[in-house]
Amino acid sequence: MSRFLEFGAPAAAAVVAVLAYNFGDRFVTPMPELPDRSEAIAKYTAPPPSPLMAAVAEGHAEGRYGLGRPATPDEIAAWDVNVMPDGRGLPPGSGSVEDGEVLFADNCAVCHGDFAEGVDRWPPLAGGIGTLTEERPHKTVGSYWPYLSTAWDYVHRSMPFGAAQTLSPDEVYAIVAYILYSNDLVDSDFVLSDENFLDVEMPNANGFIVDDRPETEYPLFRREPCMSGCKDGPVEVTMRAVVLDVTPEQAEARQARETQAATGDEAGAVEAPAAAEETALQEAAVEAPSGAQPETGGVVIDPALAAAGEKVFRKCQSCHQVGEGAKNRSGPHLSGIVGRPVAAAEGFRYSAEMKAMGEAGEVWTPERLARFLADPKGDVKGTKMSFRGLNKPEDIAAVIAYLAQFQ
Amino acid sequence: MADGFDSRHGGQGASRRAFLKGSVAAVGGAAAVAAGAAAAAEGDPLILEVQEWASGLGDGVDAVPYGMPIRFESDVIRRHVEWLTADPRSSVNFTPIHALDGTITPQGCAFERHHSGAIELSKQDYRLMINGLVERPLVFTYWDLERFPRENHVYFCECAANTGMEWKGAQLNGAQFTHGMIHNMEYTGVPLRILLEEAGVKPEGSWIYVEGHDASSNGRSIPMEKALDDVLVAFKANGEALRKEHGYPVRLVVPGWEGNMWVKWLRRVEVTDGPVESREETSKYTDLLANGIARKWTWVMDAKSVITSPSPQSPILHGPGPLVITGLAWSGHGAITRVDVSLDGGVSWQQARLAQPGQPKALTRFYLEIDWDGSEMFLQSRAMDETGYVQPTKDELRAIRGTNSIYHNNGIQTWWVKPNGEAENVEVS
Repeated sequence: MSRFLEFGAPAAAAVVAVLAYNFGDRFVTPMPELPDRSEAIAKYTAPPPSPLMAAVAEGHAEGRYGLGRPATPDEIAAWDVNVMPDGRGLPPGSGSVEDGEVLFADNCAVCHGDFAEGVDRWPPLAGGIGTLTEERPHKTVGSYWPYLSTAWDYVHRSMPFGAAQTLSPDEVYAIVAYILYSNDLVDSDFVLSDENFLDVEMPNANGFIVDDRPETEYPLFRREPCMSGCKDGPVEVTMRAVVLDVTPEQAEARQARETQAATGDEAGAVEAPAAAEETALQEAAVEAPSGAQPETGGVVIDPALAAAGEKVFRKCQSCHQVGEGAKNRSGPHLSGIVGRPVAAAEGFRYSAEMKAMGEAGEVWTPERLARFLADPKGDVKGTKMSFRGLNKPEDIAAVIAYLAQFQ
Repeated sequence: MADGFDSRHGGQGASRRAFLKGSVAAVGGAAAVAAGAAAAAEGDPLILEVQEWASGLGDGVDAVPYGMPIRFESDVIRRHVEWLTADPRSSVNFTPIHALDGTITPQGCAFERHHSGAIELSKQDYRLMINGLVERPLVFTYWDLERFPRENHVYFCECAANTGMEWKGAQLNGAQFTHGMIHNMEYTGVPLRILLEEAGVKPEGSWIYVEGHDASSNGRSIPMEKALDDVLVAFKANGEALRKEHGYPVRLVVPGWEGNMWVKWLRRVEVTDGPVESREETSKYTDLLANGIARKWTWVMDAKSVITSPSPQSPILHGPGPLVITGLAWSGHGAITRVDVSLDGGVSWQQARLAQPGQPKALTRFYLEIDWDGSEMFLQSRAMDETGYVQPTKDELRAIRGTNSIYHNNGIQTWWVKPNGEAENVEVS
């Protein structure tokens, strides 16, 4: 952040002095086997770019090493681009949700999904508000990130993946505006700028405490270690990694186990508790909490199609819940959606258009759903669902079959 | 080795399957290893007959200008877990700690963690900038750094997410996978304090922000107190240049603190008046508690240990009798003072032998030699550091944090060793 940069007074004589020191000294011990070193040094034989050389020379006189050279204002501006939580470091600019949606589709959706719901193991950016205490918290920009500056800074500095630092400030404002919109934090006509940046309220801004292990843990664990009779024995196995079988390169080991089992040499197999099975892979992933599996249950209509639909539904689940205990999130809950009257989820604030359809007696039949899912905004203008729709008819059929299980 | 398991007794190409077949064929009696040593009545052909290597010639010098491990050790390699991450450029792999001994991790098998891939950056293209709240914003070349006074220190570097896959229960079957996001090297570098003094920190400078040259930048905020204490700007590890995957030519070393802060390809140190609250210190590397509140700035790695052998990838192949139990212990708070080992899942404990006195913020090797009777064991190890902290159980941590904090899981590990010598990652009552 160049905001901190201050300049010393120019002092031409000192500049000459430091040049003599720096470069004279470098050549005291020639290193012929390192030609590129000479090349690197040659870059500095240009006149010093800043009067700060004076300070370096002075520093050497004061007992510092006098090594390095002053950073120029342009160099600092090029590299010092991070943004502080209070907005310091933000460049002037602005971008709309509308522009952001297009930019997001072009630059971000391949990994993060059209609606920022996350594809495969890539991070979802939207949804999950209110899930942090749940068994499977859904951590996104909306549900978890405490500062908007972080999102702006990261998109600007490090995204898109594989093409970092290619987005202009206005494009970054637009993409961040769209991420906010996808989290239901701003309206569709919102424009984010350096001027209103701090007005955006992040839902989890107060969700963090400074490391409290010194108070909550260290007093408990700084103790005399128990050496005998520390618990009731003999112990029993309560959970086994082998049951999950998610360790890489286990094929041969599995074969070996089967061979072993066939010879009756299995050493007291212990049934894993159901909880072990629930230790879903993605739940324990280092940091990619990719889409949790939807609940299963209810009557399977066409198992193969419904199973395919479960995968398609990952695009939906950052906003929609379905199954037992499903609640309204960014979108209404979808339990019983097939055959349900339009705009009938209790407590959900539907768009005016959806409400009108419901009042007109329309019902979400499979055919009606298929039409909507193919082109949500074209079908129901004004819908709050900004998902861009499913392109493939087979995906639409699958997700409807999946949803039909939950009545 | 296709399956990643130990090949001690089969030579190259052998597998755990072969081992298991062997042990199954010789249940309760001489295992394959014993058979090899006993040989025929007249003696071992390896001794009785003149071997090719005892008669002919080996390789000349410079056959391999930079030496690699002999082919029989080809299974001692880093491995990753494919389902953990979306892309290998933003991923992690694991040190084969089950197959190493001593404390120094060879660079070639030390775990990697990248956020946007391991970049290739030459010394001549390298620049380090110090700016922000300083009297003199400076740019250093690589060779400038070599002209400052250097120090040598051995430190462990542990990813905050090491063992993070085990919060909800035993999941990955091998010490490499449960505890392998760690390495321990001897670093050569310049104290960051000296570079900051060169730039002249202004009185209002209370934090630093460090970032890398790579696309992720991996920026992290560090309080000035730590920056001036023991942080190193390092360019050598184990005596040679850093490897590309560990930040060549220059990385930050932040002793005792989570590996994510050890910024690789270090490009910039900014003196600030507060934390930046970057992506890696808000959305990641924060520890969500059961009540929905998350801890931030959980920098220090608490005391931890693991038995590296026997373990799932390093089963007991020799049957009952003398057995060396060994493992590693470490603490970000200082030196390891003691390690205890339990054979019965934590009911009773005995003190292990430290190979050398513990060094601050570095790995300590421990051994416990026993006479194994061939019955099943539930092996656990428990580290203690110089602050008196005793490594807790996983359930004790869960009681305080819940199971969604991902990071900083330093709970006690259990290996279920079965009578056939196989070991499995389990949790016990």
